[in-house]
Amino acid sequence: MAAVAGPGAAAMSDPEGIRSLAERCGAGERAALARAISVVEDRRPGFRKLLARVAGRGRRAHRTGITGPPGAGKSTLAAALAGHWRRDGEEVAIVAVDPTSPRSGGALLGDRVRMAPLQLDRGVFIRSMATRGAGGGLAEAVHDVIDLMEGSGFGRILLETVGVGQTELGVAAAADTVVLALTPEAGDEVQAMKAGLAEVADIFVVNKADRPGARALARQLRDAVGLGRRRAGHGGDSTAPGWVPPVLTAVATTDEGIDAVADAIEEHRRSLAGSGALEARRITRAEARIRAEVRAALEAHLGRVAGGDGFREAARNVAGGGATVYEAARRLLAGGSILSGGEDR
Amino acid sequence: MTTSHRRIRVLVAKPGLDGHDRGARVIVSAFRDAGFEVVYTGLHQTPEAIVEAALQEDADVVALSILSGAHMTLLPRVKALLVDAGLGDVLVTGGGIIPEEDAEALHAAGIGRLFGPGTRTGDAVAYIRDWFASSARASA
Ligand code: B12
Ligand SMILES: Nc1nc2c(ncn2[C@@H]2O[C@H](COP(=O)(O)OP(=O)(O)OP(=O)(O)O)[C@@H](O)[C@H]2O)c(=O)[nH]1
Ligand SMILES: [Mg+2]
Repeated sequence: MAAVAGPGAAAMSDPEGIRSLAERCGAGERAALARAISVVEDRRPGFRKLLARVAGRGRRAHRTGITGPPGAGKSTLAAALAGHWRRDGEEVAIVAVDPTSPRSGGALLGDRVRMAPLQLDRGVFIRSMATRGAGGGLAEAVHDVIDLMEGSGFGRILLETVGVGQTELGVAAAADTVVLALTPEAGDEVQAMKAGLAEVADIFVVNKADRPGARALARQLRDAVGLGRRRAGHGGDSTAPGWVPPVLTAVATTDEGIDAVADAIEEHRRSLAGSGALEARRITRAEARIRAEVRAALEAHLGRVAGGDGFREAARNVAGGGATVYEAARRLLAGGSILSGGEDR
Repeated sequence: MTTSHRRIRVLVAKPGLDGHDRGARVIVSAFRDAGFEVVYTGLHQTPEAIVEAALQEDADVVALSILSGAHMTLLPRVKALLVDAGLGDVLVTGGGIIPEEDAEALHAAGIGRLFGPGTRTGDAVAYIRDWFASSARASA
């Protein structure tokens, strides 16, 4: 690996710095990918240009999301799946998201602890991310980070969400295949979620099947999944038609059942690709991200043209007879371009 | 509009066969409460694994907790591997049971401040904040 960073290379924001960082990512340099992720995660100057140069290059990765309640074994499961794919010779990138503490803005990112067996494998890249205030069990920049990993040549991407309850299901938007990990203790939760379950997960894994109650939960889940499908008429165009989410059991700590989980993921991927639903998922994903970006730009624009006393001043003018409400509004709207704020939007 | 959200990222690890992790846990919580993003890698880490994790996580600081007495080999080894990986601008700091004269020798070898028993966590937080403010990484 080439020597990097050092004070000289510090100014990543200049176009030259961004270009060379992008090139090094494309060449598979791990330190460059790591820095690129920081640039994007922090929204540092030039991050959009960086994404334009790295994202969408090379073949498309398959994105597997792993979600589930705190402590269900998501990290352990991610590590086991990554190990499975490594044995098949695939390169795997993992993004593991943990919550930002709302009080301090800091975060404890502890998912790596369970991924120790992978830590010296050069075919695996693991990155921990804090939510930084975003909802849905993910971080705002997580899509961008996955795009960078894909553009750096990783064919398999695993996304671990924070430990979620039933309301935080953003992972469905970021992944091609969503795996919901539950444990035998989760019976009550399953009762509560029932009909919604089939919409969030493509594959169910009852992990910690070495504990009592796993089979009963699996049975309960199969019933709930069937119920949910009938009620919701499941199968919007971003779901593989006819896909019935399998309910599997596993012991992530010993790799028991992991091959079957990997097989199910592969089957789901094939079923998505064969039906055109994979493309539909990508379009849905892109649309949501574009909407979010446009909304953010509009809000920022509003802040610029009418922030501080902007509205007040215009109002004084109107009250004093200097303009009509409509003229004042038009003047505010015309004040500067929506695109003027971001240096590289 | 491009507001930067730079956070100080600290990798906390326990190298070697040392099983004393209470201090590391105290430090991890304190760092999180100070607004740092703390990646904790757990027990029994080799220097190679620590450096690879620091690289992937783009850590600004590698903070090691050592109570086993092996600090004179582990700390310089981690520092050397970081330099080899092009990460010479990452701060190596830590704490645990480390005699004062050893800390001085390590400091001369490019290791940052080391914090012993009874450390007020605020001191370690302030040290890292000050280091970061004047480091090249703050503007990267
Ligand atoms: C509790 C303890 C244990 C517990 C550990 C439980 C656990 N999960 O952590 C148990 C009973 C398991 C244990 C076992 C052993 N222990 Co013991 N243990 C202690 C003891 C009494 C307290 C350590 C402690 O938890 N302190 C509380 C925490 C909060 O403080 P701390 O770790 O010092 O951390 C503070 C600072 O040092 C600093 N800090 C620490 N790390 C870091 C990192 C960073 C980045 C920063 C900024 C700061 C920082 O900030 C912290 C907060 O103030 C110490 C004696 C002592 N007074 O230190 C011996 C001690 C550490 N143990 C010792 C020994 C020898 C052992 C054993 C080998 C004993 C044996 N023969 O079996 C085993 C080895 C176990 C193993 N696998 O490594 C020796 C080490 C000698 C040496 N290094 O030269 C000590 C010093 C006792 C002695 N005087 O001989 N031990
Ligand atoms: N008995 C048993 N324990 C397991 C199994 N899988 C994971 N664990 C343990 O469960 C605990 C939590 O595992 P993690 O992988 O950290 O769970 P997680 O869902 O990632 O946790 P968070 O990220 O904190 O929400 C750890 O102690 C694991 O070793 C399993 O199949 N059986
Ligand atoms: Mg986890």
